[in-house]
Amino acid sequence: MDGKIVSLLIDSFWKILLPGLKITIPLTVITFAIGMILALFCAMVQITNVKVLSPLSKFYIWIFRGTPLLIQLFIIFYGLPKLGILLDAFPAAVITFSLNIGAYNAEVMRAAILAVPVGQMEAGYSVGMNYFQIMGRIVLPQAFRIAFPSLSNNLISLNKDTSLAASITLGEMFLAAQRIAARTFEPLALYCEVAFIYLIMSTILAKLQTWGEKKLSVHERREN
Amino acid sequence: MSMIELTNVCKSFGDGEILRGVDLQVDKGDIVVILGPSGSGKTTLLRCMDFLERAEQGTMMFDDETTDLATASKQTIAALRKKIGFVFQSYNLFANKTALGNVMEGLTVARKMHKKEAEQIARAALERVGLSDRCDYYPSQLSGGQQQRVGIARAIAMNPEVILFDEPTSALDPELVSEVLAVMKNLAEDGVTMIVVTHEMGFARQVATKAIFMDQGVVVEQGTPTELFDHPKEERTRQFIRKILKEELSENRQAEE
Ligand SMILES: Nc1ncnc2c1ncn2[C@@H]1O[C@H](COP(=O)(O)OP(=O)(O)OP(=O)(O)O)[C@@H](O)[C@H]1O
Ligand SMILES: [Mg+2]
Repeated sequence: MDGKIVSLLIDSFWKILLPGLKITIPLTVITFAIGMILALFCAMVQITNVKVLSPLSKFYIWIFRGTPLLIQLFIIFYGLPKLGILLDAFPAAVITFSLNIGAYNAEVMRAAILAVPVGQMEAGYSVGMNYFQIMGRIVLPQAFRIAFPSLSNNLISLNKDTSLAASITLGEMFLAAQRIAARTFEPLALYCEVAFIYLIMSTILAKLQTWGEKKLSVHERREN
Repeated sequence: MSMIELTNVCKSFGDGEILRGVDLQVDKGDIVVILGPSGSGKTTLLRCMDFLERAEQGTMMFDDETTDLATASKQTIAALRKKIGFVFQSYNLFANKTALGNVMEGLTVARKMHKKEAEQIARAALERVGLSDRCDYYPSQLSGGQQQRVGIARAIAMNPEVILFDEPTSALDPELVSEVLAVMKNLAEDGVTMIVVTHEMGFARQVATKAIFMDQGVVVEQGTPTELFDHPKEERTRQFIRKILKEELSENRQAEE
C-alpha cells in the first residue's frame, strides 16, 4: 500500500468517525428507544386484544415489516412534502427508523411475553396482585430477558441500516465517506474504511449483548 | 354454620360441561380432600373459587357473605382472594424472584406492606416450610419439592383463611413427595383450613376431616375419609378407590425394588 493511501485513511478516519459519533450513534439510540416504546405498546394491545388498537397495530406491523426500509425513507422524506409535510433529514430518519424497528421489536416482544408461563400470572392474581403489577414486576422482566438476544440483533441491524439515511441527505458516516471518496477518487479505500467502522460498532454491540445476557441470566443459572 | 359454602357451581369450556352444579361445604379447620378421575373438574372447581376461571353459574358463601361467582365485581374478587391462598400443581413460582422474593411479592406489592415487615413474615413462612437456608435461591436452583414448599410459603405468608391445593405433589418425583406432605400435615395440625385435590390416600386418611369424590363435574359422594375409602356407597366411588389403591400398591412395590 502506498503512503498516500495510508495517510488518506488516517486523515479521513476522524472525518468519518465524527459524524458517526454525532449522528449515527444518537440516531440509533433514539430510534431504538422510541421503537421499543412503540413495540411494547403494540405487543400489549395485541396480547390484551384491545378493540381497534389491536388490529391497528397489526396493520402497522404488516406495512413496516412488509416494505423496504429504503423506500419507507424515501416516502417520508421525498414523498410527504407532496402532502405539505416537509421534514428535515434527521427528523425524517428518526420517524422512519423508529417506526421500522418498532414493527420488528413488537413481534419480538409479543412472542417473548407469551413465552412467560401463564401460571406465574395466575400465581400473582392468587396473592392479590393486579394485572399491571404482575405485568410490570413478573412478566415483562422475564420477557425482556427472553427477548434480549433478538432485540440485540435488531439493534445491530438498525445501527448498520442508518447508513441508508445517506440517501436522504443525512450527513451520517456513510455520506461522509461518500463525499471524501468522490473528492479523492478512492472509493475502494474509503468504503472499506467506513465498513470497518461499522464492523467495530457491531462488534462492540455484540460484546455488550454477551455481557448483558450473562447479567440477565442470573436467575437461570443453577449452582454446582 | 359453614365457613365456605359453594352452591350449584357450573362451568363449561366450549361444548364441554365441566362442572355441572357442584355443592360443597367447608367448615373452619376442615381439611377437605377431593378425589376423582382425570378430567372430572377438580382443578376447574378450585380455579373457579379463586376466580382464575369464571364460573357461569353458582354462588360462594364465605364468612356469611354470599357472592355470585359469575358476576362478582373486581372489588369482591380482590376481597375474596385475600381470604384464599392457592398452591399450584406446577408451583408457578415467579422465575425472576428468589424464594424470599416470591414470598414477599404479594405482601409488598398487593398488600403495600413495608419491606422490613414483609421480609420478617416471608422469612417466618419459609422457616415454617423448612427452607430458611434457601431464601436467596432462585426457583431454577431449587428441587421440585423445595419449589413447591416455597409455593406453600407464598400462600401462607398472605395469612389466608383457606388454602386451595391443586395436586401439590403430583408433579414431584416420588422421593420428594413426602417432604411436601409433611409441610401440609404441619399446617393441618396448626388448624389451617385446606381444600386439597390429591390422590395421596395416606395423607387423606391421616389428616382429612372430609373426603369428596368427584366425577364428570358433580360431587358423587362425600363423607369422612374412612367412610369414603372403606365403605363407599356408590359403585363409581368404589371402582375409583380400588383403582388408585392398586396403583399405590404397585408404586410401593416399584419403590421397594
Ligand atoms: N381452559 C380450558 N379450555 C378448555 N377446556 C378446558 C380448560 N381447562 C380445563 N378444560 C377441560 O375441562 C376438563 C376438566 O379439567 P380439570 O383440569 O378441571 O380436571 P381435573 O379433574 O383437574 O383432572 P386432572 O386429575 O387430570 O387434573 C378437562 O376435560 C379439560 O380438558
Ligand atoms: Mg387437575
